[in-house]
Amino acid sequence: MIRIENVSLTRGGARILHDVSLTLPKGGLTALIGPNGAGKSSLLSLIARLQPLQTGRISVEGLPVDATPGRVLARTLAVLRQDPGVASRLRVRELVGFGRFPHSRGRLTPEDDAVVAATLDQFDLTPLKERFVETLSGGQRQRALIAMTVAQATDYLLLDEPLNNLDMRYARDLMRRLRARADAGRTIVAVLHDVNQAAAYADRIVALRDGRLVAMGAPAEIMTPETLDAVFGYRMRVVEVDGRPMALHHL
Amino acid sequence: MRAVSRASPAGLAGVALLLALAAASLFVGAGHLSLARLTQDPAAWTLFAASRLPRTLAAVLAGAGLAVAGLVMQTLARNRFVEPMTAGGGQSAALGVLAVTLLWPAASLPMKMAAASAAALAASSLFVAVAQRLPPTQPLLVPLFGLAYGAVLGSALTFLAWRTDLLQYVEVWINGDFSGVLRGRYELLWLAAAATGLAWWAADRLTVLSLGRDASVGLGLDYAAMMRLGLVIVSVVSAITVTTVGMIPFVGLVAPNLVTRLVGDHLRRATPWAALAGACLTLGCDVLGRLLRHPYEAPVGTVLGVVGAAAFLWLLFGPRPARA
Repeated sequence: MIRIENVSLTRGGARILHDVSLTLPKGGLTALIGPNGAGKSSLLSLIARLQPLQTGRISVEGLPVDATPGRVLARTLAVLRQDPGVASRLRVRELVGFGRFPHSRGRLTPEDDAVVAATLDQFDLTPLKERFVETLSGGQRQRALIAMTVAQATDYLLLDEPLNNLDMRYARDLMRRLRARADAGRTIVAVLHDVNQAAAYADRIVALRDGRLVAMGAPAEIMTPETLDAVFGYRMRVVEVDGRPMALHHL
Repeated sequence: MRAVSRASPAGLAGVALLLALAAASLFVGAGHLSLARLTQDPAAWTLFAASRLPRTLAAVLAGAGLAVAGLVMQTLARNRFVEPMTAGGGQSAALGVLAVTLLWPAASLPMKMAAASAAALAASSLFVAVAQRLPPTQPLLVPLFGLAYGAVLGSALTFLAWRTDLLQYVEVWINGDFSGVLRGRYELLWLAAAATGLAWWAADRLTVLSLGRDASVGLGLDYAAMMRLGLVIVSVVSAITVTTVGMIPFVGLVAPNLVTRLVGDHLRRATPWAALAGACLTLGCDVLGRLLRHPYEAPVGTVLGVVGAAAFLWLLFGPRPARA
């Protein structure tokens, strides 16, 4: 369970988050949606203790994120920031291997090697495993970074815009994989820009706007013209395709 | 050095090159020395044990230490174009010794070394703190800042030395030179080798730092503590090198860049290679300096300035590394 209580955040005099309280149950896929600047990434990085908590409390699986040793938390929770700027001469298998760092502190055990090999395979990275990360395309790099985060094998997975740079096929692949992990009992929180991806794969959608929680619920509850208007600030048609709501947000 | 010995023909070739250079270094110089004389002439033996051997070891230790310190610094700053000597480390180490010499003339050599290390640590910490605030989209800003920063510290050093009439004294630290190395005057460089060993020991954790702060924290690394360890390694190596043999430029830049091009940024692999490359480069340039105008010598700092600048230009503008 992720418990967020009365969290506010101010940066450079600007209010980024406004008294957000929210409880996400253990297990399942939660999509965080909202317009640019809504505070989605900030909320995610606060949950992942990547920036200090100013007010309020956040705990993951009962562990307060601001008071739990980093090593302990790293075995419970993995996070991928948007654009972490890793363009180095690390080989893909080395990068994914660093996902095992919380478990082995660097020296990979045979068990770690097996996890890394399986993860490389899952993300179609095996043919690229000896390549330097700096020689990869944007989408390949994104897959390698997601693979590193997944290799951490934590119960909680936080992803900030994981579909960035991915083509349609890999975007669909990833969403299906996340769905399968959620069905297996893991807890996944992903910032998504495409509401239709959120509607198709998430168990619940959390909508933020201007640093405030505007709506939260099952996809069918959020995917209405009124709620989407309240979140994104314009009217869009919502149709039903094969029993699933779909927003024609581009028209 | 396990990775090198375990490794490939390339590793063996590298070690062979280092041994060949060491042999050359032992027998090249103003005084004539040969294996035959070494066994018969006690004076030749003295020359060998008191000067040639220490000089060779000093070049190997300083070169390896500076290359690894450069590699670590490039990892901390997440920028390939910085090196400890020119980015304030060398100048501040010299400032530290000068300050101790002025304030407390009776200070022993280890105390001076400690002062040099502390000054280098302060200067390197400030450098890395600023480097992290510069926009990552402008990678050349970091080395430019480093040059300006080093120049400012260097000017302060020169000014202070000029006012206190110690310019000649300071020259010794600024111009790297192995010709003054004698038995009993280089042994602290083994400490630089120990700092290099520390980098090898912490290689995995230092490499995680190169992924950036967020990724490091996400993986449960104590980011601040690791940063401090890296800075201590860089500072100790800089300070010891400056106080024993003087500032040696470019080794910390060229050797790591050459190595990471070929074997990648993972310090577990790159550290032994950088040490080997730095030792070969420094020793080679020292031997070259002794041969250029035999029996006179060109200081290693000068030779490296020329060789290193050429090598660096090649790294910048030469062929891109093949996609592995």
